[in-house]
Amino acid sequence: MWRQWIPFWQPGLSPHSGDVDLLFAGLLIASALVLALLFFLVALFCARYRAGNPADRSHRVKKSWHWEVSWTSASFVCFLGLFVWGASVYFQIYRTPADEHDIFVVAKQWMWKTQHPGGQSEIDALHIPVGRPVRLVMASQDVIHSFFIPALRLKHDVVPGRYQALEIEVDKPGHYHLFCAEYCGTDHSRMIGEIVAMEPADFSRWLTEQAPSSPLASEGGQLFRELGCSGCHGGRGAIRAPPLDGLYGKPVPLSDGSTVIADDRYIRDSILMPRSQVVASYEPLMPSFEGKVSEEQLLRLVAYIKSLAGHSS
Amino acid sequence: MSETNYLTTDYTLRSWFLTTDHKRIAILYFASLIFFFFIGGAAATAMRIELATPQADLVSSDAYNRLFTMHGIIMVWFFLIPSIPNTLGNFIVPLMIGARDLAFPRLNLMSWYIFMLGGSTTLFAIFAGGIDTGWTFYTPFSTLYSNSYVIVAAAGVFIAGFSSILTGLNFIVTIHRLRAPGLTWYRLPLFLWSLYATSVILVLATPVLAITLLLMATERFFGVGIFDPRIGGDPLLFQHLFWFYSHPAVYIMILPGMGVINELVSCFSRKQVFGYKFVAWCSLAIAAVGFLVWGHHMFVSGQSLVASLVFSFMSFIVAVPSAIKVFNWTATLHKGSIHFDAPMLYALAFIGLFTIGGLTGLFLACLAFDVHATDTYFVVAHFHYIMVGGMVTAYFGGLHYWWPKITGRLYSEYWARTAAVLIFFGFNLTFFPQFILGAEGMPRRYHVYPPEFQVWNVLSSGGAAILAVAYLMPLFYLGYSAFFGKRAPANPWDAPGLEWQTSSPPPEFNFTTQPLVTRAPYQYNEAFEAKPQNA
Repeated sequence: MWRQWIPFWQPGLSPHSGDVDLLFAGLLIASALVLALLFFLVALFCARYRAGNPADRSHRVKKSWHWEVSWTSASFVCFLGLFVWGASVYFQIYRTPADEHDIFVVAKQWMWKTQHPGGQSEIDALHIPVGRPVRLVMASQDVIHSFFIPALRLKHDVVPGRYQALEIEVDKPGHYHLFCAEYCGTDHSRMIGEIVAMEPADFSRWLTEQAPSSPLASEGGQLFRELGCSGCHGGRGAIRAPPLDGLYGKPVPLSDGSTVIADDRYIRDSILMPRSQVVASYEPLMPSFEGKVSEEQLLRLVAYIKSLAGHSS
Repeated sequence: MSETNYLTTDYTLRSWFLTTDHKRIAILYFASLIFFFFIGGAAATAMRIELATPQADLVSSDAYNRLFTMHGIIMVWFFLIPSIPNTLGNFIVPLMIGARDLAFPRLNLMSWYIFMLGGSTTLFAIFAGGIDTGWTFYTPFSTLYSNSYVIVAAAGVFIAGFSSILTGLNFIVTIHRLRAPGLTWYRLPLFLWSLYATSVILVLATPVLAITLLLMATERFFGVGIFDPRIGGDPLLFQHLFWFYSHPAVYIMILPGMGVINELVSCFSRKQVFGYKFVAWCSLAIAAVGFLVWGHHMFVSGQSLVASLVFSFMSFIVAVPSAIKVFNWTATLHKGSIHFDAPMLYALAFIGLFTIGGLTGLFLACLAFDVHATDTYFVVAHFHYIMVGGMVTAYFGGLHYWWPKITGRLYSEYWARTAAVLIFFGFNLTFFPQFILGAEGMPRRYHVYPPEFQVWNVLSSGGAAILAVAYLMPLFYLGYSAFFGKRAPANPWDAPGLEWQTSSPPPEFNFTTQPLVTRAPYQYNEAFEAKPQNA
């Protein structure tokens, strides 16, 4: 296959990484042609027109707009082609992920904590099934980190204060590097982990073999009661709060007349900054939980609210 | 030498440290920059030794993080940005336009003092305990998590910024107001066009850096939520502000280098620069479009996909004028009469290395590939090809070219050529393997790394050893020549530029009579054969 022909290059292992590899090959070929032409001309002129060499120097090329316009437009057209190619693959890589099999990733100095919907958690490792897309919902507890899997040609910063969703898919079972690519302090270079891609059957077995733990959603439900959320959102209290049953994934009309889709990010923001997006016809009464819940508790709450709408995780 | 020149007018310390002569100030800058260059270089050397093996063996992680931060801060703000403008530019600009001095000589001296104050502040931060944020100071790490001398170092950079602004202002006014009679804009040597473009960026972009660093200090000192999300800030806001300065700063670093290459290619081909007007306007185009590409540092940060699309497009656009310049230099060689003196070797090396740096810049501008390559060694290799392969090579080329004018002495051509060739090979051996490392996925700023990356790291470290020796060589043969070299004639290259029409070294006020310009630049005499450099 052509990808083996790029020197020192391990072919990527996902459908998207094939596109990136092809783009890389295209860039390499284009650059090699430009470099070859340029170096050939420079070497030729240097040899031929070296001082003292009696080469014909009459009829010098007249400066003219023709030359300038032609190499300007030639460069521009090539660049435009590369731009369009790169952009189209980029949009596929970062397309809004389908709501498939959600795995939460929490980055903190200096480890990756991953959490499966069934409650199985891992540190500096992530087991995933091959051949199907997996959606990662990523959050950072402290500084900016970056989730980087070279074998998939895929990277996304994990910026504190927001969720980043990223879809990954691996074709071949195996162990692959997971790196932190954004400098994050002392042990940045040790914030590395392993992606373990398994056949779906092996993956299911692996999930059941893990230490028994309760699913994220039920832990979230417990938190929901402990933190007192259920007092207002439970529907029986004196204070009127928007009901959460069936909320996830639905459009929510806001008091300023706009509408948002109730996704992970919206739910997270509503817990931490409840007064920034108030649901239409409700009073902005809810206190902020900023600083009162950790990223790991937040993702359990989000999982619980999702489960109220019948979603798996 | 019977007449006095700017070096022999006075020998007191006072005459140096209170001088308003642009040539002496250039020498002050030159000495300071050599110092900073070798400090930054020492940090790089320590890093390359550490990276020769996958494990940690020379320094701890905290020390390693301080090393690359120190390398970045020193090299960017205390070597690359001031390198050509403040040394060669300071010395040559008034000579090139036939003026007695820059427009504001005292401001020029003040900018050196401000620069040294900034430099000392930063050095204090480094030696008091170091900074571990990386030269980019990304928040919220720099504002709330780093336990190092962040604010002191940032203060040093903040102070040095005023020196940049004053220098830029001085050049702009000088080029506008002090040109010799007859020296119209299209008769200006292209070095001046590129310094003019550089000055515009210095004046417009540096204040944004100052603002950004002040905001960072405000958050770190007073806990005002600007960049940290836990107190209501936005970490990406910092990146937008920082790169709004720091991407144009890349052009501050490369444009003067391009300017020098015009002078060298033209002189040693004995030919006018091909497409003069295009090259001149390309400098300004780069300066203008360079302000609109900052978001290409943030393609994986979570900024909107549409923003990424626009920034990717603009990044391809800004590459066009650079490509035009490379084509024009190549065309200048055509049917020239090419001499391979040391400055020309540097110029040819520049063309090759800058082109590789520029082409790999397109890889990174290309959105989908950038997702893989950003924050890896591919980026490190790319910007070192531009900054070191390009700018430092041009600096050395320019330094050799104008050395006879600056010191009035001739250096050893043999050693100069040897050093040029050694720098070229050492450089490629150091940085080319880093492209491969990056493509294979090794992240940057890694103190320890998985063992499969070792081969390329060993090659890179080996190259760095050669490069270190090669960079030390000019210190010796140029240093020797400054005191013991053969006397240089006024115009060793038989060049038509005004700076060659006065004696070497020039008298205190540059010209004994006001020069008059009657023709376009680069009217070289093709019959140049003399080899005065073989001293």
